[in-house]
Amino acid sequence: MVHALSLGLAMATLWLLLSGLFDPLLLTLGVLSVIVVVAVALRMDVIDHEGHPIHLTVRGLTYWPWLLWEIVKANVDVAKVILARDLPIEPTEICVKAGQADELGHTIYANSITLTPGTVSLDVEDGLITVHALTQQAAADLSTGEMDRRVTELVDGRKAISRGLP
Amino acid sequence: MDLVLDVLSWALILNGAVFAIIGGIGMLRLPDMFARMHGAGIIDTMGMISIFLGLALQAGFTMVTVKLVMIVLMVLYTGPTATHALARAALHAGVLPLLSERRAAPDTTDTDATDTREDA
Repeated sequence: MVHALSLGLAMATLWLLLSGLFDPLLLTLGVLSVIVVVAVALRMDVIDHEGHPIHLTVRGLTYWPWLLWEIVKANVDVAKVILARDLPIEPTEICVKAGQADELGHTIYANSITLTPGTVSLDVEDGLITVHALTQQAAADLSTGEMDRRVTELVDGRKAISRGLP
Repeated sequence: MDLVLDVLSWALILNGAVFAIIGGIGMLRLPDMFARMHGAGIIDTMGMISIFLGLALQAGFTMVTVKLVMIVLMVLYTGPTATHALARAALHAGVLPLLSERRAAPDTTDTDATDTREDA
């Protein structure tokens, strides 16, 4: 129920921000649209902690800036490789372990890997992610497990880290 | 203050444009589809974010900025899914990546180095 309310609130905010108009007809249409969307989503049974992960909001505030900075660093690395005269690429396929407890965590981890230039996740299965890396360096950076640890912290909280990792 | 904002926003827009061009060069220079996806990745992360931040600075605290930020978030959330779908579809269709090395697990350094690059 919390998720449905939160979805409705998000949809209403989206409507108001995108329209910016407050005359009665448009507001009525907006309210109707929000109700229809939430009702359909409820009937489809897609409103849960996976489809609408509100529990990640606060911890996401520290994860997003870290990920964006990683993306900037990776961009500079890949740009250097592309512009180098001899094109020093070593395409590598590696398998990394996703230490998160559920599929939501695996999805966030795999998407973060893909979002970082130089690494693309090819396959996600049973907590193992197959990754295509453009350079050995990109593969090695991923193998350190720093991103895995951060995503686990994002989805499971800090306590899970001290318990879960060897 | 306006001058500072202008300089900053132009720096961001030019930076984004340069990275978008680098991504394009990458898509032309890199040898196979999987490697080219990394070039495309530059365009829809650094190129996109940088240009949109520059435009947001031009717009100031207005509805335009809100919409620009929404577009950035939209692309950041959907982009990886599309890239992953592309890679999966290619693998499913039998396209195999050119690899200089294949590693099994993150910790094992012993590798059966199968060099499949033609120009290695």
